[in-house]
Amino acid sequence: MRKWHRSFSFFLLPFSLSLALTVFGATVCAQQPPQAPDGFVPADQLKPQEQLPAAPLVIAAYAVAWVAVFGYLWSIWNRLGRVERDLQDVSRRQAAGERR
Amino acid sequence: MKKRFAPLLILTAAAFAYAPLAIQRAPYESTMGLVQKIFYFHVPSWMAMFLAATVCGIASAIFLFAGRKSYDRIAVAGAELSVVFGLIGLITGPLWGRKAWGVWWQWDARLTSALVMWLIFVAYLLLRKYGGSGSEKLSAVLALFGMANVPFVYLSVNIWRTVHPKTSVVMTLEPDMGRPFLVCALAFVSLCALMLLTRVQLENRRAELDELFLALED
Repeated sequence: MRKWHRSFSFFLLPFSLSLALTVFGATVCAQQPPQAPDGFVPADQLKPQEQLPAAPLVIAAYAVAWVAVFGYLWSIWNRLGRVERDLQDVSRRQAAGERR
Repeated sequence: MKKRFAPLLILTAAAFAYAPLAIQRAPYESTMGLVQKIFYFHVPSWMAMFLAATVCGIASAIFLFAGRKSYDRIAVAGAELSVVFGLIGLITGPLWGRKAWGVWWQWDARLTSALVMWLIFVAYLLLRKYGGSGSEKLSAVLALFGMANVPFVYLSVNIWRTVHPKTSVVMTLEPDMGRPFLVCALAFVSLCALMLLTRVQLENRRAELDELFLALED
């Protein structure tokens, strides 16, 4: 009985291992992406899901230009306002000093 | 300044108001399609950048060799505008390139030299801000190098092999594409001039404030 058990495990273990490896290999192979086609595929012949949409890029480009221009204009306006306030303040202090 | 400001403001406003209509009416480019419309803002922003860089360089040269302080103020305004318009060009370019070339950035002669020129003007502004006394002359020399870069950046596409379109593209545009391009170029160049006038005004007022402070301390 023990001899039979030993010979069974002697055959069963490698068999189950090789079966597991085969199943695992088959599963991995099944998950592999398909081979890339050889040669050049023009961009306009790509599948729709592989094409990059142009509209978001165009919108982003125009948005960046407007944000930069208006941001800079706001910054000049802000700085000019601060300088004008300081000028008025200094002129007032100067006038007050002259009166004394 | 006020005499030049009002007509320039009207011209800029009119050009920017008409630009979207002109761009929308322009036909699609045959190979790039919609993404090519970035061209109408991308190229004019670089034109404005080159103009501001040249103004900064010339004003710096006059300041360095003739010692006229008022030109230093023009140079500061030019450098700041170079950074603003250069930033627009550097961001809109990769957005176009991502679709047209498949990559955001390529370390080729045009893109790299444009980035280096932009960085020179960023360095100019940093030097002005943190360089302390005497940094005006050092930054003026830097501005000369920045201006010297302008022809190299412009001609780089014709001299070296790059992925970027050549300068001849603008000259050979179809009339339907050329008209919106001219409108946008006019809009950006006049906007640059308008901003330059306003920015110089800010520097002049700052100079007045400094003089008043000095008089007050005396």
